[in-house]
Order: sequence, then structure tokens, then C-alpha cells
Amino acid sequence: MKPFVTLDKVSHYYMTDEGKPVQALKDVSFSIKKNEFVAVVGPSGCGKSTLLKLLSGLMQPTHGSVNIFGTPVTEPRDEIGIVFQQPTLLPWLNVSNNVLFPIKHKRGRVTQQEKEQANSLIKMVGLEDFATRMPGELSGGMQQRVGIARALLLDPDILIMDEPFSALDALTREEMGFDLLRIWNESPKTVLFITHSISEAVLLADKVLIMSPRPGRLSEEIEIDLPRPRSAATVREKAFSEYTDRIRQQIYHPKTADIKAIKDDKKVVNL
Amino acid sequence: MSEFTVSKTQILKRYLPAITLALILPAWELICRLFDVPSYILPAPSEIYQAFVEVDFDRWGLHLWATLKVALLGFALSMFISIPLAMLMVNSKYLSKTLYPILVVVQSTPVVAIAPLLITMFGSGEAPRLAITCLITFFPLVVSATTGMMATPPELIDLSRSLRAPRYKEIFAIRLPYALPHIFSGMKVAVTLAIIGAVVAEFVAAEQGLGYFIQFSTSFFKVPQAFAALIFLSVVSLALFKLVHWVQAYFFGWTMAKEKA
Repeated sequence: MKPFVTLDKVSHYYMTDEGKPVQALKDVSFSIKKNEFVAVVGPSGCGKSTLLKLLSGLMQPTHGSVNIFGTPVTEPRDEIGIVFQQPTLLPWLNVSNNVLFPIKHKRGRVTQQEKEQANSLIKMVGLEDFATRMPGELSGGMQQRVGIARALLLDPDILIMDEPFSALDALTREEMGFDLLRIWNESPKTVLFITHSISEAVLLADKVLIMSPRPGRLSEEIEIDLPRPRSAATVREKAFSEYTDRIRQQIYHPKTADIKAIKDDKKVVNL
Repeated sequence: MSEFTVSKTQILKRYLPAITLALILPAWELICRLFDVPSYILPAPSEIYQAFVEVDFDRWGLHLWATLKVALLGFALSMFISIPLAMLMVNSKYLSKTLYPILVVVQSTPVVAIAPLLITMFGSGEAPRLAITCLITFFPLVVSATTGMMATPPELIDLSRSLRAPRYKEIFAIRLPYALPHIFSGMKVAVTLAIIGAVVAEFVAAEQGLGYFIQFSTSFFKVPQAFAALIFLSVVSLALFKLVHWVQAYFFGWTMAKEKA
């Protein structure tokens, strides 16, 4: 299958306030297949936010190219939906209008069909009883559900999620993860999921990209070969902990990571 | 038992301001009578009340209207200038770098000191009084609006740009509403400053208004009358503050929810 998203030797520099260039990304190359769920893990300063801005077309890479459907990304496109770390809803709009915000903001008007589309998305994220509530009345988890529905409104092919559950408590976080998998199953999309949590990455993704910091580089790419649908039982599987150990090892002791530790992983790319 | 004591303290908390006032007034009255304090030094509350009712209702109305007109028009004018200016400053780094120092210089110049100058510049009509009110209310409004608009989460700006929405929409549909809680805080400060501005202007040049009436009363040693006008003035100022609060709560209830959080 033709890759959906490709990054080819992407390097990015930005200027600090003192005018010194800082390298945020160095020679990052990877590709994502259609409807693949890819997680990116790495410590702070590994260029995850830069990656998000490059993919969404908000910035252009200094070197290399970012391609979606084989064409370089030169400006933001409708094919991409973004879920941010904080729900960042508009506090003066109710749930329904927050979900519709992208269309309203873009075109000023909303059709009946789009309203129905928003309603079904609200239902999909489990908030049908809260459509007329204001964001201030919702819990953090519910607000992030609204954020997910908003990102899905323009029916994007690619969903970029920037540590979407990091502001939530551990229990809500787990629940949201499984809900995300259910939504992804109902309307398949290509997902790029940025996270700090190794277990979350292994639990959700088909492929985990491990980044290392200063400058941000791709240090390893691991295919997660766990059966779907995944559930709380997945966490107890032996292979699950092997994957998480392996990733942890790669993050904390990159040089000592033994690539042959996991027998059934054949697609290791060590950069 | 404990529940009872809690509700008791709650009642006490609620009525504490009224109780304080109810204790201060008789004490004040008592001190004035006991020590025979002359009314031109400190009039007793009863004398102030007497002076208040002796002045015609129409006369109070006339002075109140004169002060309110200047305060509210100046405040409105200030809003009309400061909010668009804040939008321009948020939109352009260069403009904000250029204007901010000027604003700070203007703010740090005492308005009372430039009031006579403004009168000679603008003549003796309504214009200098509006200018003084505008000048005194301007800064809190610009600062609160700018701060509010700058406090908009960068993700929302990213969202707006990722939708390729025009720049004016970013300002009007995201930044400006986001700044409303800040703007209302600024308005609460500015509306009471507007009364101060109007009074300062009346002290310098006016033939009516509550500020003028205070000065006029004092110069004739009608100190109880001056006190009556002073108290009237603070009640008006408080009412305006409450009015802004009410508008915020009624039309922009969500901004209050944010304050609580």
C-alpha cells in the first residue's frame, strides 16, 4: 500500500529570542500507512510539538519534506484534525456549538446536515445528554471528548493527537484510551498519537516511534503486533510488557538496547 | 450542634458590613455630641442627613445628572478608543512596542496636574471634562483588554490558522471573547475611575455637578452639605460598579464561571 504520510529527512531549526538557532528536529524520516495508528513517545524536548506543527502545515521544515498523499504540505489542510493537550474549548459556546466551531469559524454558516453530523459525533463520544451544556460545567475528561468530536467534524483522514489524555487522571485516561480505540474502529482514520506514556502507546498503537531529545531524532520504530480489539486484558499479556520494557530501555539507555531481545519483532529500524 | 454554629457564622458574615455600619454611625454621632465637635471639622451623621434633605430634590438631580453625563460619556468614549486600540496592539508587535511606552508615560502623569492644562487647551465646555475622564479610565481598559487577548491559549490560534480562517476572525471570534473576563475586570476599575475623573474636572472648571457642589459647599463652610454630596457620590460610584457587575452576570454569565474556577 502506498504510504499516506511520509517525512523525508526532516530537520527543523527555530530562532530563540536571543536570535540563536536551535535544532528541534534532525533527519526525521518515517511513513504512516492509511488508517494506521502510530504513537510517538519520547521525553520532553524531543521535538514532538514541532512534529505536530509541521504535519498540520502550520510551519514549514527547514530541510527535508513532509508529504501527505504524496504532495508536500505547504499550508494547513482540511484532511487533518488536531486534538490538543488541553481541550481548549471556547468557554462561551455550548458543547454542540464548540463541536461545530471549525465550520462556523471557517465559513460563518452551518447547514442542517452539518448539525446532524455534529450530533452524531457528540453521541459517538458519549455526550448526547450534554449537548447544550457549557464547557465550564463539564469534567476534564468530558471536555477532551468534546475536543475529539471537534477534531472529527471535518471528517479528516488524519487525526493528530498531542498528548490528549495527559491532563486527565489515571482512571479517566484509561477509559478514554479504550473509547478512542472504539471510535477509531467505528470510523477508521490515520492517527498520529503523541504521548509521554509508554504503556498508553503500546496499548493503542500499531507502531510506536521513539524519539530522543536535543535535537529531536527518531531513535527507533517498533511495530506493535498485539491482537485487536485490545482491552484491559491486553495489558496483562506477556508480549505487552515485553514491548513496554523494550521501549523504556530504548528511551533511558539507547546504546545498550538489545535489538534481538524480542524475537517476533522483525521490522526494527535502528537509526 | 456544629451545623448550627456554621450557619450562625454564615449569617454573621453576611450581615457583618451592615452591623459594622450600624455600630459606626451611633459611635460617630456620640463622639460629635459628647465632645461638641464643630460641624465644620466633623459634622455628625444627623447633621449630614439634615443637610441632605434640605437641598432640593431637583438640585440634587441636576448635579447628579451633570456628573453622571460626564462620567458615562467619558467612560463610553474610553471604551470606544481602548478596545480597538488593544486589538491593534495585539495584532502587531511593532505597534504595541511603539505605543506601550507612550501609554505608560500618559498613565504615570497625574491627571489632576494636567487637568488645568486640558481646560486651557479645550476651552470651558464639556470637551475638557470628557478628555479628563477618558484619560483616567483609558489605561486599565487597554491593559485588561490586551492582557486578556494575549492570554488566549495558543492552541486556539493554531486551530484558527489550521482552518485557514482570516486574521480578523481570529481577533473577533476568538481573542476578543476570550478577553471578556479581563475586560470586565478592567471596566469595574474604570467605571469608578470615571466618577473620579468627572469630579476632578468639576473641581477645575464647572458650574454644576456633584464635585462642583462639594467645592462650592466647602467654600461657604457648609461642611455637612459637602459631606452629604460626598456620600451621595460614593453611592453613585458603587451603583455604577454594581451595574457593570450585573451586566456581566446577566449577559456574560460564563465569564463569572471562569472567575470561580
